[in-house]
Amino acid sequence: MAAVIDVQGVVKRFGSTIALDGLDLQVEAGEVHAFLGPNGAGKTTTLRVLLGQLRIDAGHMTLLGRDPWADAVELHKDLAYVPGEVNLWPQLSGGEVIDLLGRLRGGLDPKRRQRYVDLFELDPTKKARTYSKGNRQKVALVAALASDVPLLLLDEPTSGLDPLMDARFRQCMHEYRETGGTVLLSSHILSEAEALSDRVTIIRSGRAMESGSLAQLRHLARTKVVATVERMPDALAELPGVHEVTVDGQQVSCQVDPAGMPALLSVLADAGVQALSSQQPTLEEVFLRHYQGGEDG
Amino acid sequence: MADSFAGTGALVRLALRRDRLLLTLWILGFAGMAGFSAAATVGLYPDEGSRVQAAEIVNATGALVALYGPVYDPTSVGALSLFKLTAFGAAITAVLFVFVVIRHTRAEEEAGRLELLGAGRLGRLAALSAALIVAFGASLVLGVASAGSLIAAGLPVAGSFAFGLGWAFTGIAFASLAGVTAQVTTGARAGRSLALIAVAVAYALRAVGDVASGGGNWLSWLSPIGWMQQVRAYAGDRWWVLLLPTAMAAVCVPVAMVLRSRRDLGAGLLTDRAGPSQGKLSSVSGLAWRLQRTVLISWAVGFAAFGFLLGSISDSVTGFLDSPQAAEYLQKLGGTDALADAFLAAELAIMGVLVAAYGIEAASRLHGEEEDGHAEVLLATSVSRGRWAASHLVIALMGVAGVLFVGGLAVGLGAWVATGDAGQVGALAVAALSKVPAAWVLTGLLFLLFGWLPRAVPVIWGVFAVAVVVGEFGPLWDAPQWVMNLSPFVHSPGLPAPNASLVGLVPLTLTAVVLLGLGFVGWRRRDLTTP
Ligand SMILES: Nc1ncnc2c1ncn2[C@@H]1O[C@H](COP(=O)(O)OP(=O)(O)OP(=O)(O)O)[C@@H](O)[C@H]1O
Ligand SMILES: [Mg+2]
Repeated sequence: MAAVIDVQGVVKRFGSTIALDGLDLQVEAGEVHAFLGPNGAGKTTTLRVLLGQLRIDAGHMTLLGRDPWADAVELHKDLAYVPGEVNLWPQLSGGEVIDLLGRLRGGLDPKRRQRYVDLFELDPTKKARTYSKGNRQKVALVAALASDVPLLLLDEPTSGLDPLMDARFRQCMHEYRETGGTVLLSSHILSEAEALSDRVTIIRSGRAMESGSLAQLRHLARTKVVATVERMPDALAELPGVHEVTVDGQQVSCQVDPAGMPALLSVLADAGVQALSSQQPTLEEVFLRHYQGGEDG
Repeated sequence: MADSFAGTGALVRLALRRDRLLLTLWILGFAGMAGFSAAATVGLYPDEGSRVQAAEIVNATGALVALYGPVYDPTSVGALSLFKLTAFGAAITAVLFVFVVIRHTRAEEEAGRLELLGAGRLGRLAALSAALIVAFGASLVLGVASAGSLIAAGLPVAGSFAFGLGWAFTGIAFASLAGVTAQVTTGARAGRSLALIAVAVAYALRAVGDVASGGGNWLSWLSPIGWMQQVRAYAGDRWWVLLLPTAMAAVCVPVAMVLRSRRDLGAGLLTDRAGPSQGKLSSVSGLAWRLQRTVLISWAVGFAAFGFLLGSISDSVTGFLDSPQAAEYLQKLGGTDALADAFLAAELAIMGVLVAAYGIEAASRLHGEEEDGHAEVLLATSVSRGRWAASHLVIALMGVAGVLFVGGLAVGLGAWVATGDAGQVGALAVAALSKVPAAWVLTGLLFLLFGWLPRAVPVIWGVFAVAVVVGEFGPLWDAPQWVMNLSPFVHSPGLPAPNASLVGLVPLTLTAVVLLGLGFVGWRRRDLTTP
């Protein structure tokens, strides 16, 4: 399948700050792609680069096969964006904003609009000045979902929604994917990424750390191994891919990379292993490791 | 009750920290302007005979009296030196402190920053009190600094203080009024506009009063700017008049505080009504018009009223001397040739300057919309940068022309009513349009800044102030011609005077076009800024 979003080695600097530092990102057609990373990692910057609002300093990228900067106007007919911080004109009503944005994108279907207004229980007659944060976000979401476009760029779209609305949003995402739409969704909520996305990219300091399906990411992560052995093997800590070895009497526990597993198992077998348990990392652990440390820590 | 003021001190420090550079520059600017004018006049009119002659020319020239007020004591060098700065300077002081108060009250509230601070130990009235304290304090510093600079220029001490304090108390009066208007509306822009309309009305009232009677009539006494004149610095020093602005502050401040204590954060006196559930807006130009129409219509109404008023007194100001000697005096005092040529030309010149402020304000919406994050939302739809920028620029550029046309028409209608001569109406409307290109140059400069250096956009107001001052006071200060030429207003034709040259229109229009074009080049290639 063709990549809807193809970002290769993109660099974006703001003065001396390097916001994107050789970012790679591929989003395939028809997938929901979660974009995760700590605060200031460069998620919003990536979305704004893809919208042609920021000019890149180096690298190459295409959006729906075209140049996001040069062809911005044409491209924007085929996508909708929900910003992380939804700022609306205080004197316009929510309904007016939805209709305006829809028309500027090339028209919106009144039936869809009504459906999403109802689904999100939005009062479209209120002035934007008087909306709560979550309701402003709903206005942007309804405007995005009501226009029939093949690509959605969403920047933490649920950060202001209550759990019920969050569930409705997830339902919308499932429906949208059924119709073949593609979504790039930046988020801090792991359960959301897990529930919605086909693939994930983790970004830190403007660089993609990991990209793949959740199963792959899990697989790539370290497994915790606990064994009871007859003799304590001395070379354990030196084995490649084995970390955080702790010894407690006859019991030894350690973290091991997938590549280090065969060597570890043979050492443990030689040491007369009597009991062995291994534990897959939780998603939290996978992410936290990428958020915090360097490449290996 | 004391709790309501908790945190005021911290907010005062914050405001001073944010405004220290701006306030210092403004205060130095005012003091410098006063001192320079005094020193220049002392040099120009060393003996009493020449001063009396100059003052009598001013007082006999209705245009000058309407625009600036009379010289109250022809023998006094101080009164002559500062006649142009008395009411006019008071009006600028008023505008400055309206901006300061709104900036630290409603604007902060609208931006949501007060909400953040308010969660700390901060009283309900802290922001308002802090803004007023800063404005009052800065007014007084401005007054005393100006007095010092006048004394240094060789003017009498008592008169200099009367003058400086006259400015200071005008600032205090209008700062207090802005404290009230900030409570009434939910938007900072609207609150500021209300207070600025009051400044304009005050200026117009005193113009009518001064023309009707040399010493001013009851209309002048209704105007806080008229009070500044009635202090009669260097011409009697009537200190008691300062009680009037003090009383105005004494009324406005408690009213503002009561209004603030009774309302919620973010709310105004008028609550928001529900809007339509379906929108009719379908283009960025429609949106821009929706956002800008109120401001544009207000300016047009203001110009219509101002123009009609001044037009209708044009017959009572025809008596002015036409000896070559008088013309020379006027030239030195008055700045542009237009002033010496005709009252109506002078009036249109003032309109030309004022309308430039409209052009800047309207085009600044681009910057405001970007800073507020609205541009981000629009430019994510299939709207090009060019089209979006054009949507606001067209309103600014066409608005300048429209407002001037309305103003010129109103002057003509006023003159028609007063003199029964309808022949001038069309000519005046066209003459007003000749001021369009100069205003466009400043709009163009703003767009150039917006395109290349968006953070520097507010600098345009400084450029505007310098252009006005150079145009008004350059000749008096004997500024070199090249300095004078920097002000676009100097190049506007002095229509409807018969010998006015139209040559300036070509370079002005070209400059505006080039600035706009360069602005577009920058805007199309720069990063969008985020809130
Ligand atoms: N206009 C700008 N000028 C200067 N630096 C900027 C600008 N915009 C972003 N940055 C910097 O670029 C980096 C990436 O910011 P970005 O907003 O993309 O992060 P993010 O991943 O969206 O973070 P969050 O999860 O907090 O939303 C940060 O270090 C930020 O400070
Ligand atoms: Mg972000």
